[in-house]
Amino acid sequence: MTQLFPMQAIAIESRRRGQRLVGPIDLTLGGQGATVVIGPNGAGKTTLLQLLHGTARLSAGQINWACTTEEARHHQGFVFQRPVMLRRTVLENLIYPLRLRGVPKDKARKAAREWAARVGLEPLLGRAAPVLSGGEQQKLALARALICKPKLLFLDEPCAALDGRATREIEMILQTAKADGTRLILSTHDLGQARRLADDVLFLVGGRIHEAGRADTFFNQPETEEAQAFLRGDIVE
Amino acid sequence: MVDIWSGIAQAFWLVATLDAELVEIAGRSLRVTLSALVVACLIALPLAALVAVKRFRARRLVIAVLNALMGLPPVVVGLVVYVLLSRSGPLGVLGLLFTPSAMIIAQVIIIVPLIASIAHQSIRELWQEYHDLLISMNVTQTQKIRTLLWDSRRALLTAALAGFGRAIGEVGAIMIVGGNIDHATRVLTTAIALETGKGEFALALALGFVLIGLAVAVNLAIHWLGRTEREGRW
Amino acid sequence: MKHWFIGAISALALGSAAQAADVMKMAVTTSFNNSGLADVLLPEIAADLDIDVQLLVVGTGQAIKLGEAGDVDAILVHSRSAEEAFVEGGFGSHRTEIMYNDFVFIGPKEDPAGIATSDAAAGALTAIAETEANFVSRGDDSGTHKKELSLWTEAGLDPATFGDWYNAVGAGMGAALNTASGMPAYVMSDRASWLNFGNKGELALLYAGDPVLFNQYAYLPVNPKLHDHVKNDLALRLEEWLVSDRAKSLINDYKINGETLFVFNAKPAE
Repeated sequence: MTQLFPMQAIAIESRRRGQRLVGPIDLTLGGQGATVVIGPNGAGKTTLLQLLHGTARLSAGQINWACTTEEARHHQGFVFQRPVMLRRTVLENLIYPLRLRGVPKDKARKAAREWAARVGLEPLLGRAAPVLSGGEQQKLALARALICKPKLLFLDEPCAALDGRATREIEMILQTAKADGTRLILSTHDLGQARRLADDVLFLVGGRIHEAGRADTFFNQPETEEAQAFLRGDIVE
Repeated sequence: MVDIWSGIAQAFWLVATLDAELVEIAGRSLRVTLSALVVACLIALPLAALVAVKRFRARRLVIAVLNALMGLPPVVVGLVVYVLLSRSGPLGVLGLLFTPSAMIIAQVIIIVPLIASIAHQSIRELWQEYHDLLISMNVTQTQKIRTLLWDSRRALLTAALAGFGRAIGEVGAIMIVGGNIDHATRVLTTAIALETGKGEFALALALGFVLIGLAVAVNLAIHWLGRTEREGRW
Repeated sequence: MKHWFIGAISALALGSAAQAADVMKMAVTTSFNNSGLADVLLPEIAADLDIDVQLLVVGTGQAIKLGEAGDVDAILVHSRSAEEAFVEGGFGSHRTEIMYNDFVFIGPKEDPAGIATSDAAAGALTAIAETEANFVSRGDDSGTHKKELSLWTEAGLDPATFGDWYNAVGAGMGAALNTASGMPAYVMSDRASWLNFGNKGELALLYAGDPVLFNQYAYLPVNPKLHDHVKNDLALRLEEWLVSDRAKSLINDYKINGETLFVFNAKPAE
């Protein structure tokens, strides 16, 4: 059984064209629960997630997993703010990541149907994914990420473009995933969502971790001024 | 005007009676062009996909060259292939000059840039759409290319049909490398040129109408085949 | 999908491979092809010799070039000087005369230059040049073209000095006749192409008969010492057939609208 955690990020930075986007950041993550990354827009939440996932290149520093980076990558999933749908049916979208890993067709189909049922997309299995509504697409993206049973799931503002009902459905699926043992790292600028989902909080401002800690501590007794301002609803830069 | 009507009438008659020479020539036209199409697609489509996804320094140059090659005059291609395949030329030992194989080679050279350019456009667009997802899923280069090729298959079909249209109507190159030999390398377009040269305008027109009909039929057939394969809506 | 690909490629391979008889390639001139004689001779050759003769119909100039390059096994042309140069250059092993036909002058029915009453070919051409009537020339370095040029020279005229009335089209006999029909213009054609031509329009045969207009066809096998891949054995068997009595009767009996086109004049093989 591959163990990803604990993960250690040491002085990681991301620079583009000489400008520092994110970092230096030092971070240690354990293998339980949901970590929510919050902060004002432009704080670098997306970039941080991409750095940890490995889809953005580190300009400095390193990330160490309990296993190799290769293996870690194999057990991760990523859900984007705007879902990327393959131009295929819902069923085929769900099958795709399994087929990539060499899972035989019939097994993959079975798993796909199960997951479609779990997220309430069963009646839409034969529908072309690009014509689904925003909420349906994001549920599909989430199911597609979870179908490979990742040990770690990144979500980049997954409900930013969704209405209340879709948001609730997504959050329910996430709670179930968390209960099943999937580690979640999720960014959001919706404070309500952060309160609902977080076990730990990383508060990002200007590309650096301004404050970090357990959720109840952060929300009830924030230490820094910026955190207090942010929680009050003020604009923080 | 009389010629056009008698041309249509003659075309109808030739087809209705399944005139033996017409069937032979039309069959050869189809064989040569469809073979060229298959070979050209096998070269152009993976090439287009590779150029669309691989990051390399000369990428823009390659794309520009591909686009420019679309404008290659077919007759010049024929001439160059002729010189290469002639017995006194470097590839003379293959003995391919004045055979249908030479015609296929010439047509492949002519349509590969066309198919590759059109295909590349669509594949590139799709790659930009799928980029984040596929990278996140850690796909290998091969998986990447196969996914892109499959999901853009409608557009690729269009590219292939464009190539087919270019090839089936081509006459200059295949006249030069094929020699328009009766019962060996004569096809519809070269036969039209021949009959026109003999002053047989009605027959030439008839062959022309058959050629148009054939091209339209193949287009329709390929579209129909494509649609009945899946119930997809795009 | 896969099965379709494999099927298509096999069909192509089979299509190209199916050849039962021996095959040889011969370059012939457009004049010869347009006469229709080839359509008579080829089936007989296939039946008698089991040889499938593939004809490349080109102008004399290109036929010679094909022979020099070794892209064909033999040539049948009608330009004596070019043929002799061919043999001298070592490209052909020898030259065998087979038959002759004649050239005729074609022109608009009204005959603006009045060539119908000429007593010699040179006179006809002089008349055309003096009236500056439209004239179409092959202009393609073919046997017909070379003949035409030699006739102008004999009449003491130089085509390079001619005005716009002289049109060199750079094409085969059929295309040249088409152009002449469209203008209308005078044109020198071989009798066979004229008789077989389908678009006569306003044109008519105006002058013929001058012995200088006779047109000798010769057969030249490509030299196997220069190109060892040529099918010289087939070429020689064909030559034997072409000078035989069988060919003689086929050629002399070939008529269009009751008119004989070619006169067999080969000397039998020794």
